[in-house]
Amino acid sequence: MVFDKNNYSPGTHPDLPPPLGTVGVVGWLKNNLFSSLSNSILTLLSLYLLYLLIEGGLSWFVVDAVVNANDKPGCRKIADGACWAVIVKRFDQFIYGFYPLAERWRIDVSFCLLFVAAAPLLYPDIKFRKYMLVFSCIYPFIAFILIKGGLFNLLMIETNLFGGAMLTVIIGVTSIACSLPLGILLALGRQSRLKLVKVISVCFIEFMRGVPLITLLFVASTMLNYFLPPGTNFNLLIRVIIMMTFFSAAYIAEVIRGGIQAIPKGQYEAADAIGLTYWQTTRFITLPQALKISIPGIVNTFIGLYKDTTLVVIIGLLDPLGIGRAALADTKWNGLSTETYLFVAVIFFISCFAMSRYSLWLEKKLSTDHN
Amino acid sequence: MNSENKNYVIKINEMHKWFGSFHVLKNINLEVGQGERIVICGPSGSGKSTLIRCINRLEVHQQGHISVNGIELSGDLKNLEAIRSDVGMVFQSFNLFPHLSVLENCTLAPIWVRKMPKKDAEELAMEYLERVKIPEQAQKFPGQLSGGQQQRVAIARALCMKPKIMLFDEPTSALDPEMIKEVLDTMIELAETGMTMLVVTHEMGFAKKVADRVIFMDEGEIIEQNTPKLFFTKPTNNRTKLFLSQILNH
Ligand SMILES: Nc1ncnc2c1ncn2[C@@H]1O[C@H](COP(=O)(O)OP(=O)(O)OP(=O)(O)O)[C@@H](O)[C@H]1O
Ligand SMILES: [Mg+2]
Repeated sequence: MVFDKNNYSPGTHPDLPPPLGTVGVVGWLKNNLFSSLSNSILTLLSLYLLYLLIEGGLSWFVVDAVVNANDKPGCRKIADGACWAVIVKRFDQFIYGFYPLAERWRIDVSFCLLFVAAAPLLYPDIKFRKYMLVFSCIYPFIAFILIKGGLFNLLMIETNLFGGAMLTVIIGVTSIACSLPLGILLALGRQSRLKLVKVISVCFIEFMRGVPLITLLFVASTMLNYFLPPGTNFNLLIRVIIMMTFFSAAYIAEVIRGGIQAIPKGQYEAADAIGLTYWQTTRFITLPQALKISIPGIVNTFIGLYKDTTLVVIIGLLDPLGIGRAALADTKWNGLSTETYLFVAVIFFISCFAMSRYSLWLEKKLSTDHN
Repeated sequence: MNSENKNYVIKINEMHKWFGSFHVLKNINLEVGQGERIVICGPSGSGKSTLIRCINRLEVHQQGHISVNGIELSGDLKNLEAIRSDVGMVFQSFNLFPHLSVLENCTLAPIWVRKMPKKDAEELAMEYLERVKIPEQAQKFPGQLSGGQQQRVAIARALCMKPKIMLFDEPTSALDPEMIKEVLDTMIELAETGMTMLVVTHEMGFAKKVADRVIFMDEGEIIEQNTPKLFFTKPTNNRTKLFLSQILNH
C-alpha cells in the first residue's frame, strides 16, 4: 500500500489510518519497551529480575506460608515461609482492639453507616443527595452513641478498650472531617481585612506548624490536665483527636491559602461588579476555585495525618502498629516482625491508596477545561 | 434645568484620585445623561480604566464627588452591593467564573443578589443569552468557548442584573480580529435599546457609529470631549490630534 499524495486533488484527501506499528499493542511495545537496543536489553533484564522476585516472593508469601499454628515454632515445623498465623490469631485485635467481643457488631454497623454518610459528601452527583446529607449531619451522633454506648441500653465501653484499625479510623476520619472546615476558616482568617482575626489565624497556624505532632500529643496526654480545671476528666481519645485536628488544620489552611492566592484578581472584580457580598463571593467564587486547585495538597495532608495516627502508640493508645508491637512482644510470636509490619502496612496502604485515587477522580471530574 | 438635572445618571464633580503619591485622575468633571453613550479614549496609562472603575467603586476616589443613580459614592456607604448591581461592567479579560457553566455565570447574581427564584433566573439568563446569540452554549463552561463567545457571555451576565448603566473596559482588546465584530455588534444592538453606556475602546468605528459623545483623556485629565463627528474632524487640542493621527493611520 503506497499512498501518493499526488493521487488526490487538493481538498479531497481522505482520512487515512496511521501507519502500522505506531498504534495498538505492537506500537505501544515498540515505543515503550523496545525503542532501541539498550532499551530492549534493559527490558529483558527487568523482566528476568521481576521473574526472580515473583518466584522467590510467591514461595515465601503463599506456597511456604503457614496460616494455622499456635506459635512461631509451630509455624516453622510446618514450613519456613511466612508465618501468617500471628495475624490470623490476633486478627480481631488488629481490627477491634480490646472492644468486647459481644459488642463488636456496633463497630461493624458504625463502619458501614460511615460509607452511607460519606457518600453524599464525596460524590456530589449522587441520587437523593439532600436527604443523604441530613443523614451525614446526624451520623457523628449515631456513631458516637453506637461506639461509646451508655444510651438506649447500649453497654458503655471505655475508650481505653478501643484499638486496632478501628481506632485509626476513628481518629483519622474525625480529624479529617473536622480539620477541613477549620482549615478553610483559618485560611480565610489569614486573608481577612480584620486585623484581630488575621493575627489570631496567623498565630494559630504558625504555632501548630512549628511544633512536632509528637509534642502536641504529649501535651494532650499530660499537660492538658494542668490547664483544665481540676477534677475535669477529659477523655484522652478526644484530646488526641483535637490535637490531630488542630495540627492538620494548620497545614490545610496553608494549602488552601495557596489556592486562594492562585485565583486571578479579575474574579473578585467580576464578583464585586455584579454585586455579590464578601460571603457570597467566598462561597461561590473563592472557595470552589481555591479548593479545586488545592485538592492534591489537601489529600496529601490528609494522607499524612492518617499515617501520623500511628504516633498515638507513644502515649499508650494501641492502633494497629501498637497491636502489632504487642504481638511481637509476646514470646509465642517473637521475631515475626516482617509478617506483622507488612500486615500493618497493608492496613494503612488500603486507606491511603483509596484517598489518593479518590482525589484523582475528583480532580478529573471538576476539570472544566476543554474535554 | 431641574428636570434636566434628574436625568443625569452619573455626575462626577471635581474628582481626584491618587495611587499612593501618583495623581492618576485630576479634576474630573463628567455628567452622563440617561441613555447617553459615551466612548472614552486616550493613550495607555491615561487613567481611562481607573475612571470607569471609580463609577462602580472598584476603585475609591479621594476627593470630589461621584453620584450614580442619585446616590453619592462615599466612605460610609451602606449597601455598596445594591449600587454595584445597578451598574454592569464588562472587562477586557472577560473574568467569567471558570468553574461555573455559562448559565450559572448568568444566574448567580440574579439568584443571590436579586433573590430571584432559580427558574425565573434561568429563563432570564436564556433570554439574554439569546440576545447575545449563544443560547446553545448555555451548558458549556467558559474554558470551552472562544474569546468572542466568552465576552458575549460576560455581557449577558452583566445584563441579567438589569443594570441601568453599562461600563465597558476595552471589551475587544483581548480578541482576535474576526471576533471583535461579533462583540461590537452585540454592543451596538445594546446601544439601540437605549442603555446608558460608558465604553473605553480604541475602536473608532464603533465610536463614530454609536457614541453620543467621545471623551479624550491624557495623563489623568479629560482633555477634550465632543460629538464623534466634530471630535474626529475638528479636534482642537494638539494631544488629541497626535493621538488621532497615531490611531487612525496604522
Ligand atoms: N492599583 C494600582 N496601583 C498603582 N498604580 C496603578 C494601579 N492601577 C493603575 N495604576 C496606574 O495608573 C495609571 C492609569 O491606569 P489605567 O489602568 O487607568 O490606564 P488606562 O488608561 O486604562 O490604560 P490602558 O489603555 O493601558 O488600559 C497607570 O499609570 C497605571 O500604571
Ligand atoms: Mg485600561
